[in-house]
Amino acid sequence: MIFDYAPAPESRSVVRLRDTYDLFIDGEFTPAEGGGSMTTVNPADETELARFAVAGEADVNRAVAAARRAYDTVWSRMSGAERGKYLFRIARIIQERARELAVLESLDNGKPIKETRDVDVPLVAAHFFYHAGWADKLAHAGLGPDPRPLGVAAQVIPWNFPLLMLAWKVAPALATGNTVVLKPAETTPLSALVFAEICQEADLPPGVVNIVTGAGGTGRTLVEHPGTDKVAFTGSTEVGRQIARSVAGTGKRVTLELGGKGANIVYDDAAVDQAVEGIVSGIFFNQGHVCCAGSRLLVQESIADELLPRLKERIGRLRLGDPLDKNTDIGAINSAAQLERIRELTDAGEEEGAQRWSPSCELPSAGYWFAPTVLTGVSQAHRVAREEIFGPVLSVLTFRTPEEAVAKANNSPYGLSAGVWTEKGSRMLWTAERLRAGVIWSNTFNKFDPTSPFGGYKESGYGREGGRHGLEAYLG
Amino acid sequence: MPVPHTAFEATTNRALRVFLHGLPGVDEVGARTRAQDLATRSIKTTAKREAIDMAIRMVDLTTLEGADTPGKVRALCAKAALPDPADRTVPKVGAVCVYPDRVATAVEALRGTGIGVASVATAFPSGRAPLEVKLADTRRAVADGASEIDMVIDRGAFLAGDYKKVYDEIVAVKEACGSAHLKVILETGELVTYDNVRRASHLAIHAGADFIKTSTGKVSPAATPPVVLVMLEAVRDHHAATGGRVGVKPAGGIRTSKDAIRQLVMVNEVAGPDWLTPDLFRIGASSLLNDLLMQRTRLSTGTYPGPDYYTLD
Repeated sequence: MIFDYAPAPESRSVVRLRDTYDLFIDGEFTPAEGGGSMTTVNPADETELARFAVAGEADVNRAVAAARRAYDTVWSRMSGAERGKYLFRIARIIQERARELAVLESLDNGKPIKETRDVDVPLVAAHFFYHAGWADKLAHAGLGPDPRPLGVAAQVIPWNFPLLMLAWKVAPALATGNTVVLKPAETTPLSALVFAEICQEADLPPGVVNIVTGAGGTGRTLVEHPGTDKVAFTGSTEVGRQIARSVAGTGKRVTLELGGKGANIVYDDAAVDQAVEGIVSGIFFNQGHVCCAGSRLLVQESIADELLPRLKERIGRLRLGDPLDKNTDIGAINSAAQLERIRELTDAGEEEGAQRWSPSCELPSAGYWFAPTVLTGVSQAHRVAREEIFGPVLSVLTFRTPEEAVAKANNSPYGLSAGVWTEKGSRMLWTAERLRAGVIWSNTFNKFDPTSPFGGYKESGYGREGGRHGLEAYLG
Repeated sequence: MPVPHTAFEATTNRALRVFLHGLPGVDEVGARTRAQDLATRSIKTTAKREAIDMAIRMVDLTTLEGADTPGKVRALCAKAALPDPADRTVPKVGAVCVYPDRVATAVEALRGTGIGVASVATAFPSGRAPLEVKLADTRRAVADGASEIDMVIDRGAFLAGDYKKVYDEIVAVKEACGSAHLKVILETGELVTYDNVRRASHLAIHAGADFIKTSTGKVSPAATPPVVLVMLEAVRDHHAATGGRVGVKPAGGIRTSKDAIRQLVMVNEVAGPDWLTPDLFRIGASSLLNDLLMQRTRLSTGTYPGPDYYTLD
């Protein structure tokens, strides 16, 4: 018997899109002085969602000046308990508007509503709640008796978790007494602009949060602006390098959260069914648009032949399609450019000798789509084992011994995440001790919590976000 | 992942232990997460209608009370044959499930309906009786016309590591069943860990179970979603290894249509759509049936009738 799930779309009516969105500076929505604008589309069907302003140098100057003013006159002088109240208020409004934010994020990003509803938005609220609690307890964070804020933070965030990355940046900055100028990604600016509305609704003092939209040029202007004290960036390693160069010698503090090529190590004694789930969530969560994705599966050779059919069978059950359908597991690729990059790298993997497999699955005709893909027979030398694909493509490698697993896992210019699957506690600890990665998941993958610091080794960046460690990045 | 590829031949405790303890472990957090994730599937409109009728056909309508009288059993049988007197399009349930001494009454009441009688046997629910008693219990139920036997495993022996005793009893009861189908109740609420559930599932399957069943309904927790998930994985793995198909029957605690539909989603996405038949999936329940009927009416008329519009048997 075939059990066909009827379409179960979440309603779009909860979101009221405006035709155009202005910049958010000094507590007000204000047009860009140059009058430039860009369009953001729904990646699931390529329809235009809205136009938004592109901030030029003058706009960034205004935003930084507003942030400085707010820092000097209001925010740095306010008691931690008072700052905490604003953050609690923002967190509550996010919860109240959770459905709207989830639908909006799904529309602008292409990710399934199941994830925005159950992961992104709840985590966003959790980050604000968590940091609201820290605001009046900074003296007890182990950073000295009276840690001081840095000043104005320039923050640039990516498109893969637009609102969540905003929360990772804004919540700790505000809790510690800094003010911010934030630039969202040009393909996903909308949830940040709704967040600006939330700041207004929460009566946040003008200038504490400023949001300037635009593309790479706006980001560069913001990062290089001499009036900021701190740069926080999440995105590609390539841009991260440019930022590191541009702030060198300026005295600005920097945190960079960059790319990854996470290893997911499955030992022969793993809880196989849960390991399969972890592999699937590791690489197909958010279409693989996750910097800490488990994009390299390292499976012990002795069980590879038994594990892979199970994995493929499971991948065959993933439901790809309309991101707003509550039963969709895999949504759209965020942009045409990203789709092209995924195609190019996956093709390269095939040309270099990997075997490519995807389940039979129909891709929608409009929009940007890429079927979940497994590349087997991958070796360390292949590009698909070394370069970040940032898409739903899993490279499968094998190992023989724990030593080899660790050596291969660490043999990467990146070091952001890793997963280890074994039912043997001593082997788990032995492996975790030797992996050079910022976060290591034990018998799970892609679990996030505001109390847990997150960040990378090597070319995955520096600094930590979240937890007590994350506060340090915003305190002097 | 040493799921054996041939029919199981081990007869020693040692061999059984090697086999069962060699099965891959179950990570509790991961199993719960997977079950919760599947519970978020949104089953609406046509899919919901289909699922409700499917669930009705899978119900083993059950009465297992000390107070079961012939009258009570006859009333239940009438309900099984005609769940909703106001709507003749409602399908019949899978079977009626009663104690062994009520089998004759049920068989008589269901004659001509095509609905089988399942009987719990083997000193249900505790199973704490000598093997001869359990076999006599089984033979009597079969002789009286039961087409399905729901036996309980010896949880005490299982927890003591005496897997051979559990195995041998299932083999013996299977033999006593003759042509009747054997459902083996693991009583997962007493086995507690998912590792135990997986081991007991494979033990029962290899001893010849036609179905593996979660619970007696007398112990809580009963058919929790992660337990059913682990059992569905066991029948799926057995099929992959041998080609044989064994059914799964959750029982206990499934009271609402939503619960039942979640079970079907798990069947669909874990064991696969081949298991979506009363031959391979049953739900042991009593009050569930009326909720399914109520939801069914709501789908066709748009309103909820009150509970008084559904028969109480």
